[in-house]
Amino acid sequence: MREITYRQALNEALAEELERDANVFLMGEEVAQYNGAYKVSQGLLDRFGPTRIVDTPISENGFAGLGIGAAMVGLRPIIEFMTFSFSLVAFDQVVNNAPNMLTMSGGQFNIPITFRGPNGPAHQLGATHSHATECLYANVPGLKICTPATPRDAKGLLKTAIRDNDPVLVLEVELLYSSKGMVEDEDVELLIPLGEAEVKREGSDVTIICYAQTVPLALAAAETLENEEEISAEVLDLRSIKPLDMEAILNSVSKTHRVVIVEQDRPFCGVGAEVTYRIQKEMFDGLDAPILRVAQEDVPMPYNERLEIAVLPSAEKLIAAVKKVCYA
Amino acid sequence: MQPPEQRDEVEMLSLMLLIRRFEERASQQYQAQKIGGFCHLYIGQEAVVVGAVAATRPDDYLITAYRDHAHALARGTSADACMAELFGKATGCSRGLGGSMHYFDREHHMYGGHAIVAAHVPLATGMAFASKYRNEDRVTLCFFGDGAINQGSFHEALNLAALYKLPVIFICENNLFAMGTSVERSTSLKEIVDRAEGYDIPGFVVDGMNFREVRDKLAEVIASIRQDSHPAFFEIRTYRYRGHSMSDPASYRTKEQLEKYRMDDPITRLRAQLTREEKLTNEQFDQMDQAAKATALASVKFAEESEEPPLEKLYDYTYVNGEPA
Repeated sequence: MREITYRQALNEALAEELERDANVFLMGEEVAQYNGAYKVSQGLLDRFGPTRIVDTPISENGFAGLGIGAAMVGLRPIIEFMTFSFSLVAFDQVVNNAPNMLTMSGGQFNIPITFRGPNGPAHQLGATHSHATECLYANVPGLKICTPATPRDAKGLLKTAIRDNDPVLVLEVELLYSSKGMVEDEDVELLIPLGEAEVKREGSDVTIICYAQTVPLALAAAETLENEEEISAEVLDLRSIKPLDMEAILNSVSKTHRVVIVEQDRPFCGVGAEVTYRIQKEMFDGLDAPILRVAQEDVPMPYNERLEIAVLPSAEKLIAAVKKVCYA
Repeated sequence: MQPPEQRDEVEMLSLMLLIRRFEERASQQYQAQKIGGFCHLYIGQEAVVVGAVAATRPDDYLITAYRDHAHALARGTSADACMAELFGKATGCSRGLGGSMHYFDREHHMYGGHAIVAAHVPLATGMAFASKYRNEDRVTLCFFGDGAINQGSFHEALNLAALYKLPVIFICENNLFAMGTSVERSTSLKEIVDRAEGYDIPGFVVDGMNFREVRDKLAEVIASIRQDSHPAFFEIRTYRYRGHSMSDPASYRTKEQLEKYRMDDPITRLRAQLTREEKLTNEQFDQMDQAAKATALASVKFAEESEEPPLEKLYDYTYVNGEPA
């Protein structure tokens, strides 16, 4: 094991899969000559050449569709969105073409494509650049969605996504690109299956369900709860939104009987709404308190920093919710 | 594999007849409420896709919009599989899961059947990207209507194809109407082919009622693309005799206009050419037509007698391994 950044982990995943399979190529805005808007594709053009590391014009709908067409005839495209806020320009391709093709063709055409890039609010980017798209895409049958929060998960999930035979969205976190974590050595093949949540911190009083950028937030809150409130919180990182690891969720809740979901998207029809529904359906009698959710406020993201902080989930909001479900 | 110029014209005429008789039968079955959803017929446009198929190799890629029955038939999908798809049966070319607008046939390199206008044009660009990526000399044929040329995805795809010099031919089947909106009411350009110039793509105008003109011009351009990969744009001028879909009486156009095009019918024209050149007798033509009618009729029987897709397979085609999400 060694310590690397989330960015480096993604870069290694891309390089290893490009090396492994000649059908894999990376396409997107500024991925080649500029080395990536967030430097995730640093050095890949030099190593793999312009046929496989392909710069595009600002044409999300066009190059997302190009990727899907290439996937129909056997290539395994990795399409980078500079941010998933821009994937909305390609919504028709991501929602109507990629996930529908297998059904519409009666099973003849699967689409082994990876759409990846940063997703969710970063810092003061305003309403157009702050979308957390996971709840939009989770509503679409045929898509798979993973949300890595650590360098290790970023590497292992991206590699799995590239090898998957269905369309997979890898929703990265801009604010975590420079964060560091322990990852297996480069000679170890690191593949993390889609649909497997991970307990990031064990606890006994309450389950905090989180993913992506709410994972570090949940871990910090759990620390505070332990030290200041004597509440032992278990932090469960979903890692994948779809498939959803209900077994891991129910295992944890059957131990703690209390749940707070902290999510980076909006509350209405957000990821937490589905998770809440599934938990109460499976173990209504096992709950000692109503499930609470901490999500964004239901407004377009304001630019002003103080207002942005007010919109986002925070450790304070999470701690308050945990204390409420613990009647503390 | 036969070189295109030697593909038998009589055989191609017989394919045009099959398409027409199939569509007539589909129309009848739609009215009998055996077919659900939308149903867009190709009658009048037969020389376009058959001319294109005559100019291509069977392993070239073909992708089209929702008026797609003819494209599958021309590529070699059986009338049985096509009719069964309209009936929503498991024996259909998309197992009854796609319907009229979503025909697919991997074996015959028919990549759909796409019903969001122009959303498949980027897909064609991707298929051509894959050919170039693998150093193949395949050409991708991408068909769409005149209604597609004002969509953003069309423009983005043309730019990408030109930028990357991809072996794709964009074929606009200009039948003068996007549903009920005429080209003059939808498009700022007088000539659709001029769209290509904006992307530095060579553009050609072809008479879509003339099988030989479609085939020969396409064959010439395809040969050039196989030599040196680049995109091309064809505006093929044609006409649909029927409304946009089965529910459209087409009251936005005149009887005179329809009659003018009927007088220039692509099947009649090719038949006359072949007869004049003593390559076809009236008896032969009648036999071919009878055979086409019989095939279309038999396809209805096949579709009627086929099984529905099984309910227990409902979740089998959402993900490759059917895993739950």
